[in-house]
Amino acid sequence: MGRTLAEKVWDDHVVRRAEGEPDLLYIDLHLLHEVTSPQAFDGLRKSGRRVRRTDLTLATEDHNTPTLDIDKPIADPVSRTQLETLRKNCGEFGVRLHPLGDTEQGVVHVVGPQLGLTQPGTTVVCGDSHTSTHGAFGALAFGIGTSQVEHVLATQTLPMAPFRTMAVTVNGELPEGVTAKDLILAIIARIGTGGGQGYVIEYRGEAIEKLSMEARMTICNMSIEAGARAGMIAPDETTFAYLQGRDHAPEGAEWDAAVAYWRTLRTEEDAVFDHEVVIEAAELAPFVTWGTNPGQGAPLSASVPDPGSFADPGDRVAAEKALEYMGLVPGQRLREIAVDTVFVGSCTNGRIEDLRSAAEVLRGRRIADGVRMLVVPGSVRVALQAVDEGLDRVFAEAGAEWRHAGCSMCLGMNPDQLSPGERCASTSNRNFEGRQGKGGRTHLVSPQVAAATALTGHLASPADLADVPTPAEV
Amino acid sequence: MEAFTTHTGRAVPLRRSNVDTDQIIPAHWLKKVTRDGFEDGLFESWRRDPEFVLNQEAHRGGTVLVAGPDFGTGSSREHAVWALQNYGFKAVISPRFADIFRGNSLKNGLLTVVLPAATVEALWELVEREPDSEVTVDLVARRVTAPGIEADFDLDENARWRLLEGLDDISLTLREEAAIADFESRRPVYKPRTQAV
Ligand code: SF4
Repeated sequence: MGRTLAEKVWDDHVVRRAEGEPDLLYIDLHLLHEVTSPQAFDGLRKSGRRVRRTDLTLATEDHNTPTLDIDKPIADPVSRTQLETLRKNCGEFGVRLHPLGDTEQGVVHVVGPQLGLTQPGTTVVCGDSHTSTHGAFGALAFGIGTSQVEHVLATQTLPMAPFRTMAVTVNGELPEGVTAKDLILAIIARIGTGGGQGYVIEYRGEAIEKLSMEARMTICNMSIEAGARAGMIAPDETTFAYLQGRDHAPEGAEWDAAVAYWRTLRTEEDAVFDHEVVIEAAELAPFVTWGTNPGQGAPLSASVPDPGSFADPGDRVAAEKALEYMGLVPGQRLREIAVDTVFVGSCTNGRIEDLRSAAEVLRGRRIADGVRMLVVPGSVRVALQAVDEGLDRVFAEAGAEWRHAGCSMCLGMNPDQLSPGERCASTSNRNFEGRQGKGGRTHLVSPQVAAATALTGHLASPADLADVPTPAEV
Repeated sequence: MEAFTTHTGRAVPLRRSNVDTDQIIPAHWLKKVTRDGFEDGLFESWRRDPEFVLNQEAHRGGTVLVAGPDFGTGSSREHAVWALQNYGFKAVISPRFADIFRGNSLKNGLLTVVLPAATVEALWELVEREPDSEVTVDLVARRVTAPGIEADFDLDENARWRLLEGLDDISLTLREEAAIADFESRRPVYKPRTQAV
């Protein structure tokens, strides 16, 4: 029987296999950030251990970094201590770090791919659940806990029990105006936030093959929101073209050898997945969430559902609670939900294509009165590219705030937070209660929907903008 | 991780059941960036009561905690184990432990001993009456002894072996050094590197 992509990558990293024991897997790339690494370094220090492979380890600062006044000392003592601790640890153990102010600084899952470090057929781990992002390259990438971070630092391996495999096949072509974000939100709504539990999901099919690398990252990023350990997409010409010439991509004969290997990383015809889901792309539309978990979503053209309409009693109670927290009533049209804030950014939608598509919608227009819009690039490189293309001016002229790179309002560990009751259309990945600030209400959306929402003041897609005049027409 | 063979020390009687990890170490302590320094957070809210057992002169310096059933329930925070160890505890005795807490304890070298409720009661009475009594937890013989008390306990062979040898997960993996080095020698040269070394 043939093997799936995930099984091939797994098998190629087994250091040791013994009956009745987990496999010992080799880790090709270990990414670190300030929040989940301090106790791991502390553990190393206590037991007198070193970092086994500093050349396979990279750290960035992202969760706590401010997006304004980055040259001033950080006000919050907890954030400051976490950053200072990371700097001290990386210095002491010889780990390469991109701190605040560095041109390679940014959200860890944006930085790895843009440096060309995330490559097909590698194993990538990080003390962060959205490590699944890197699976877009055909890497086996998953989040780990602090004890495991220490384990990888010390041994460059992890004892792991095998995952199960799931295929999500997306047939056909995405309709005009439907993005990767809409697709993954629709997939999560379909299989549920626990639907991927214990699985590595491989996304495949015509619609997936047509996606850019950045769109593929958006899809894999949110695999964890379906409960999956990882998401993967088989590498192809799009992948190779994205990688070629990047800082850490192989060159010359090594490039050729790498590509030859990468081409073998496809699920074989006769491989069997433990579970399969099929989606017809033509049936999809812009998708937004109305609730407090990423599975509680619906097409933008729909209305807030009646909790009574859910067959499962657990879903019904969850919907009731969500509507109460979100301050919504059943039957309310999603397009009529007014927002206070719009956030464009995060490791889900903070890359250059995301900024371009938001800017395209905003160009020559002004955001609605009373709406605040934050645009936070996923990394400094993304920011520099955007400035190069003049996107920062498009945002500023539309009335949006152009900020410094980081996680920012995705989780509100820095000062970018929602106030209680404030409602936000956000391109990030989690709409949990209080995620973006205590009492804050989050609707997950694509960058296009975020921009159209900022212009109209209520949830909207670019197709709704025909009646919003551009300055030339006023 | 330090090996655990046998330990003798004074016991602290904690006459409470269902001690959850939030009581052991409150959430606001989780912002710390080290594994040290959690001793002041251990049972923080209970310690505000001057009568609380850890505040009693007679029990100062105890190293074996004797608690009621269902010790360590609630959140999975490993900090609960660190707090007990930072304070100086080497072993915890209880009629029943929460699974995750027990797993975390063994990973960190804190011995959790399950004894019948009647034996726990006998230990409480003994150390309340004579706080200076010495209690020995012998992992080799799998036996707890104290004046007038002798009780055997169970522990699965793998966990016992790891504690006796002082082997945490990392030490165990490091025993595979040859296999890891061999794997590394076969890694293709095109695999990415973050820096030259
Ligand atoms: S952007 Fe958000 S989801 Fe991504 S790493 Fe930062 S906090 Fe986590």
